[in-house]
Amino acid sequence: MTPATAPAIDEHPRVISGDHFMLGDHACAEGALAAGLDFYGGYPITPSTEIMEHLAERLPAVGGTFVQMEDEIASVAAIIGASVAGARVMTATSGPGFSLMMENIGLAAIMEVPIVIVDVQRASPSTGLPTSVGQSDLLQVRWGSHGDYSVIVYCPSSPQECFDLTIAAFNAADQYRVPSFVLMDEIVGHMTERVVVPPQEKIQRVYRKRPSVPPGSPEFLPFKADEDLVPPMAHAGEGYKVHMTGLTHDERGYPSLTAQTHEKLINRIVDKVRLNADRIVRYELINTEDAEIVVVALGCTARSARRAVARARMKGIRAGMLRPITMWPFPQTVLKELAGNGVVKRFVVPEINLGQLCREVHRHTALPVTRLNHPGGAMITPDQILEALEA
Amino acid sequence: MSSGAIVVESHPADTLLRAERLPHILCPGCGIGSVVHTYVDAIAASGIPQDKHVCVSGIGCSGRAAGYVNVDSYHTTHGRSIPFALGIATYRPELHVTVISGDGDLTAIGGNHFIHAARRSVALLVLCINNFNYGMTGGQAGPTTPLSAMSRTTPHGCWERPFNLPFLAQAVGASYVARWTVLHVRQLRAALIHAMNKEGFRFIEILSPCPTGFGRPNDIGDGISEMQNYLRRCVVDNGIDLRQTDIDLTQQDSPIYVGDFVDVDRPSFRPQVVQHAH
Repeated sequence: MTPATAPAIDEHPRVISGDHFMLGDHACAEGALAAGLDFYGGYPITPSTEIMEHLAERLPAVGGTFVQMEDEIASVAAIIGASVAGARVMTATSGPGFSLMMENIGLAAIMEVPIVIVDVQRASPSTGLPTSVGQSDLLQVRWGSHGDYSVIVYCPSSPQECFDLTIAAFNAADQYRVPSFVLMDEIVGHMTERVVVPPQEKIQRVYRKRPSVPPGSPEFLPFKADEDLVPPMAHAGEGYKVHMTGLTHDERGYPSLTAQTHEKLINRIVDKVRLNADRIVRYELINTEDAEIVVVALGCTARSARRAVARARMKGIRAGMLRPITMWPFPQTVLKELAGNGVVKRFVVPEINLGQLCREVHRHTALPVTRLNHPGGAMITPDQILEALEA
Repeated sequence: MSSGAIVVESHPADTLLRAERLPHILCPGCGIGSVVHTYVDAIAASGIPQDKHVCVSGIGCSGRAAGYVNVDSYHTTHGRSIPFALGIATYRPELHVTVISGDGDLTAIGGNHFIHAARRSVALLVLCINNFNYGMTGGQAGPTTPLSAMSRTTPHGCWERPFNLPFLAQAVGASYVARWTVLHVRQLRAALIHAMNKEGFRFIEILSPCPTGFGRPNDIGDGISEMQNYLRRCVVDNGIDLRQTDIDLTQQDSPIYVGDFVDVDRPSFRPQVVQHAH
């Protein structure tokens, strides 16, 4: 078919608007494309590989750059490099690869370079159960790199949310100039379900702030933040001649190895998320208006919890659920409100690890917290959660 | 300031260096400053606009180079300068990205990235300032520390065989391989200008004195003594078989081969572009 007679249909659209029956991992990849992914650098690892394979096919066809790196350390380094050159970037991995990424997550945090990392959690530690579910990276994703920094972490519990929250992660990374994460789990990543992809014009993209003065302006300081604590970002090759370093640096970006500079910089990169937490936090409440027992669950475990709460209600148990959609910042305000409303008597926290989410719940309430844990390899069933609600 | 010092208002390299960051942190007698100066001199003579040059470095004394050059510059994590630079060079192929780092950073902790970037023929110019030790941490042995050399982690003498970096770079696919010392500023400048205008993965090893970390425990004396040692032992041989370019500092009279060893045409790595199948 010659171009002259070709139909006016883009056979490789960036956004595949419409209804689909789609794998969670593929929905994540499609979300990244819809969010404007320019550069993907990654390394194959179960159970995230389908994200990479999908993008190997799709990204070059829409004009993006796909590179299979030599390891996960290089993957993060490469996406940070592409991001400082102006790209919207992502990588995807699972536990063992995620551990390797920690070094450069800290670099992205202190250089304030927007990056998106997808971690499809599997049963861990180490090689663990590579093809089976886990939810044991909830704390590593927040605290895994050394030092104090801030991140934004979304936890999808359906393929639809894999699509939606990957877009949210791109927007948050750019808006706050932080590493942001899509913290999936193997069940959600390998689940096929209905995914509705909206028309392209309905998909909101938020881009990083850019300098308002031309290159060479003496008033431009690459790390001088605005009132929202986020500095505008100049890209490589634009003439601003920025210097970015993993060393503690001043507003010029120059190393300044003093306690005072460190205090100012680190407080700011933590505060830019902490002080905006109410704007960033997302959660879902189910039947909490009169609930005496509130389940706190996320990812695939929230799917079991949803069923358990419905069945408990049929049995006359006043159960409800708080589902953190952002694990970090944690929806602590709503949790404290529930804990203090005089109706809630206890919380139940099912999770596929030996007690990570419940630590955070404990921090925000003095009410009893019933733990329900499995180290990984199997979902926690609705029956098990119902049993905990009845206990 | 000592009497007799000459104070000047400006310097020809002022627009190429971040003059406000000088003086640098490097020790007296160190060769890194010479490399930085030669690099910015080559930028000016490269025919490529200054704004299109990007400098990326890793960690260590040589890693500090990026902080002094007045181009977009990125001082990254230990060993990761090459994949970081790959992200820039691959996403923005019109930029000319140079990695400046040390022997430990590039070939120990960063060794895997080095060989894969060369294999891919990533459009990078990589300058390895080889001072035979980890200087920033106080003089420990690394993958280029010569046999029998003393260091803080080889107090009985280094017993590991070191890398022959030009041989390594050629074997893994570099389109350009050279070795010079900080004494050879003219040759190095010419090599840099030539390499800046080539495609593919280009590698220049630059032997540098480190009087603090390497010279002192090995009784080499000051930086000048180490330079005189190079002057005495260096043999320019552009056509040498790179299997023979090992550096043996135990044999006081064995030659140190330098030169522009490899210069082949190899297209730069470019991401796949898939044509729309209309």
